[in-house]
Parts: sequence; structure tokens; C-alpha cells
Amino acid sequence: MDQPRVSAPAILEVLPAESGNLIVRLAGDWLLGVNLPAADDLLQRLATSRAGNRLEFETDSLGVWNTGLVTTLLAIYEAAAANGVAVNPEGLPEGARRLIALSLAVAERTDTGRDRTASGRLQRIGESTLDALRAGREMITFAGELTLSLGRFVTGRATYLRQNLFVYIQEAGVEALPIVALISLLIGMIFAFVGVMQLNLFGAGIYTADLVAVAMIREIAAIMTAIIMAGRTGAAYAAEIGTMKVNEEVDALTTLGINPIDFLVTPRVIALVLMMPLLTMFSSLMGIIGGMIVGLFMLDASFQQYLEQTISAVRLNFLFGGLFKSLVYGSLVALAGTLQGMACGSSAMAVGIATTRAVVMGIVLIVVSASVLTIIYINLGI
Amino acid sequence: MLTTTDSERAAGTAHIEVVDLTMAYGSFVIQQNLNFSINRGDVFVIMGGSGCGKSTLLKIMIGLKSPARGQVIFNGESFWETEREDQEQMKRSFGTLFQAGALWSSMTLAENVALPLQQYTDLSGPQIREVCSYKLSLVGLAGFEDFYPSEISGGMKKRAGLARAMALDPEILFFDEPSAGLDPISSKLLDDLIIELKESLGTTVVVVTHELASIFSIANNSVFLDPKTKTQLATGDPRLLRDSDPNFDVRNFLNRGALHEDSTT
Repeated sequence: MDQPRVSAPAILEVLPAESGNLIVRLAGDWLLGVNLPAADDLLQRLATSRAGNRLEFETDSLGVWNTGLVTTLLAIYEAAAANGVAVNPEGLPEGARRLIALSLAVAERTDTGRDRTASGRLQRIGESTLDALRAGREMITFAGELTLSLGRFVTGRATYLRQNLFVYIQEAGVEALPIVALISLLIGMIFAFVGVMQLNLFGAGIYTADLVAVAMIREIAAIMTAIIMAGRTGAAYAAEIGTMKVNEEVDALTTLGINPIDFLVTPRVIALVLMMPLLTMFSSLMGIIGGMIVGLFMLDASFQQYLEQTISAVRLNFLFGGLFKSLVYGSLVALAGTLQGMACGSSAMAVGIATTRAVVMGIVLIVVSASVLTIIYINLGI
Repeated sequence: MLTTTDSERAAGTAHIEVVDLTMAYGSFVIQQNLNFSINRGDVFVIMGGSGCGKSTLLKIMIGLKSPARGQVIFNGESFWETEREDQEQMKRSFGTLFQAGALWSSMTLAENVALPLQQYTDLSGPQIREVCSYKLSLVGLAGFEDFYPSEISGGMKKRAGLARAMALDPEILFFDEPSAGLDPISSKLLDDLIIELKESLGTTVVVVTHELASIFSIANNSVFLDPKTKTQLATGDPRLLRDSDPNFDVRNFLNRGALHEDSTT
């Protein structure tokens, strides 16, 4: 069994030589990360050397070495080359000589156009504005493509897999029922709780039934379901299509002459838009049930009374108004999800960004359209 | 980390030993009773027909998958029989080049090479940057430090993957099908690079491949795995195996199927 080596500290010194030439003595163990001497003095001397001087190495006491030695040598070579000093590599260990030759063999590419200077604030504001305009244009173009594709669907000229459509319908419809049920139930309960507290002050507690039913059916069911679907299905659409883009699967469709919008986007949009009204009605029902649970618990009314009050509060135009809103919200969520998926970049991080944008864009579009539709409804007297 | 003096090359002692190794996915056995040694400084090829378990064997050697039975011994220490922390320590002396490079797509080439250095050394930011530029220059990618993997070609991705595999000056380099997807010239250049690095750094190299041209030009030791009998058929210098191994399948493979059934030479 050999004695363990005692490591010697790394040494770099410049020995005197005739008329401006330099002899660099390297000794000890030169290992990366272990107290290597700085070569700054030597590099300074090289900067002030005359062209035509020579530099040699003396490595008789050099111990074990690795990358730590080679990076220092490369810095020396670079400084020497910049000042016309000729370097004689003979004193170096053979492995190091070969590595230096390999490293310097291919000249560094300087025309790669990577500018690493930071942009000023005004520049960044400008760039953000241009980006926002571009995103707006993209969305309009995408909506147009989607419309054309729907046209092809209706006339039977679209290329897609019917079994995929049914899978999307199942994923966007049936599989969303549990979470929609849970959230709608709780929202109904919250509404009823708040309603009873306030209305009881006026002896009008029973009107909680009206409150919950009308709120859910006219607006809340549609908007809550849409937000849930944005986080659930909009994100999924963006992630699926985004990952396919990263894996070049979308390119593969295009080269086969299949329109990726027809194949990937429109079936997903149709699935979500078909399911939204159904999910919204289900959400209204669950909300009313939740309200009923709280109402019966906190009020002095019977089940029969509460039910009759609920039924008398609801009008058909409330229902249709709410369902129309759900169609609009569903389309926007699906648009946001699939658009961001198709616009995804080419890395893992890009898929994450696309998913986030899909959800945020979906929610923003929902809220904006909710406001617009509400104003329209008010003016139309719906 | 590899440390080298020109006078200190341990000749003849096995760097890696595989003893009675059996690999399986559940109850589905891939290979059994594998026994071979790899010496320090060897360029060792794991070869065999498709589906023989070459890549699985590589994964077991680098610690990605555990064997059903048997040992992999590095410098006398058995990898699969040591504690987790010791395994992590041993893994730091390996560098692996995966088939398509497996670069982290959200990081630049420099950041890819820097990650092992940030994890396992105390170097400062500028020092790490210097080392990254050096490693990338060794594979001919100087100037591409700030490029993303999606912006470079397949061959460049492999070379960047190699630079990253060498970040910590590993004692052993593992390559999984390095020539896959490369044109003949790029493949030859990569072979030359592997040899040059091996000779400059004294690294032991383990390659999974079935490119005959590469095998004969770089390898000096090998193991031949058979998918039918699920064990090794031969070990040794591929050129000797091609010319004179007693097993027909081995010679036929290495002669690219040119032998006839009744051939004896």
C-alpha cells in the first residue's frame, strides 16, 4: 500500500533571464479550486513586454495538475499572444501541451451577434409595447385561423381524429364535474351564509333563496366555472400543444399536409365550448343546493318553502343569459389555451411560460367579456 | 477529479470491474452473469445487437439503475454495496454523454457546463466562467457560451454535452451512442476528439456503440453482449475478436454480416 501523497502548495514564480525574456517556474500541485496563485503579476509583465521576447516554462517540481493549471496557462498564452511574446511549450507536461493545442485549435467565434449589454428603461418600454402589439396581432390572426377551421369542420373538410374529439369532451366535461361541484357547492354556501346574515336584519331571510339562485344562474356559475376551466383545461391545452411543439410533433403534422389548427386546436375548442353550458348548469344546481343546505340550517323555513321561493325567483331569460355567457367564456378560455400552446418556445421553461400565460390570458379575457356582456344585458333588459 | 503526472499512470490495475452482473426489468432478465474488467486508460466498448441491453448496462455502471444481482467495482470499491453518500461521491468521478446530449434546454451552454462546477466546487463566478469557456473551447465551441441548446445543431449539442461531462475532470467518461445521428466526418472528428482527450487527460473511456468504424478506430478493449443467450459472448480487443474469436456471431457482427454460416476464418 503506497504512502498517501502529501500535497504541495502551488507555486508560480518568474525567474530572471536575459534581455526581457521570461522563465515561468511552476511547482507544487495545481488543482482547480485549491488556492492557486494569481498570475496577475506575470500577466502585467507580459503586457509591458516588447514584441519578440520569449517565454519559457520550468516545471521540474510540478506535482499533480488538472484544469486549474490549464486555465492559468491559457491566460498566460492569451496575454503573450496579445503582446507578440513567443511562448515555448517544451517545459510543460505533455498532457497540458496537448490540451492547450486542442483548446486553441478552433478560433473563438466572435460574429455570433450575442450582445450582452443591458437595455435602458426607455428601450425596454418600447420593446414591451411592440411585444404587446405583436401579441394582439397574433391573437387576432389565430382567431381568424380558428374561424376558418371551424368552417372546414362544418363542411366536413377538416382533418382530425374523431376519437380524439371524444377524449377531449370527456376530459373537459365529465372529468371536470368533481371540481366544479365542489367549488360551486361552497360558493352557494358562502352566498347563503352572507345573505342570511344581512337579510335576517330585515326579517327577509327567506329571500336568500332568491339571492343564491339568481346570482348563480345569471353570472356566478358561468364565471366560476370558466375560471376553473381556465386553470384546469386551458393550462392543459397549452402544456400539451406546447410540448408537442418542443418535440417537433407539430412540424411533423405540417409536413404531412395536415393543418395543425384543424388537428390539434379546433377539436379542443369544440370540446370545451360544448361542455361549458352543461358544466355551468351543473354548477348552478350545485350552488343552489349549497345555498339550500345553509339556508335550511340557518333559517326558520322548511324545505318546501325554500324550494318554492327558489323556483319563483328564476326566470328563463336569466338561464339563457347565463348560458350564453358560459359559451363566450368557454370559447375565450379555449382560445387562450390553444393559442399559447401554438406560440410556445423551444425549451422546458417555455412550456411553463406558455401554461402560465394561457391561464392569465384566459382569466383576463373572461373578466373583460363579463363586463362587456353585463353592460349589453343591462341595455337590452335581459 | 482526475489528477495526473506524466510519471504516474497506474498500469494494468483494473479501474472498473463488473462481477457476476445480472440486469432485469422486473422479472424480465436482460443480461446475466456478466464478468469483465476495464483498465485505467482503456477505451472500452460495450457492443452487441439491438436490444442486448447495452444502454441498460451503461445505466447500471453510472448509477441510474440498480442491478438485479452482482457488483460494479470502481478502484476496489463496490458501487452498489456502498452507502448513498459514498455513491454520490463516486459518481462525481464519472462524466456521462447521453445520446442526444441531454442539455438542459432552459440554460445556455455555459450555464450547462457551469452547473456541476457550482454544485461541487467553491469556485467564484468569474472562475467558473473561465473554466466553462475552456471546456467549450476543447470541443470547438468557443464563442457559443451564450447560446441555447435549441439554437445549435445536433452535432454541436453532443459536443456541448461532452464539455459538460468533462466539467469536473472525471476519471471515467461514459458515452451512450456518441455517433448516433452524426455524418461520417463529424463521427470521425468526435472519435478523434475522444482519443485526444483520453491521451491528454488519461481518462478511462467507456462507450456504448455499434458503429464498427468507431469501434475499430478507438477501442482497445470490449465486451460483446448477446440478446439471444442473454450473456456476454466475448471480451477483448475488437480487432482480435473480429479476426479470431471462436464465436461465429461475434465475428459476423464485427465483419458487418459478411461471413457465411460455415466460415471458419
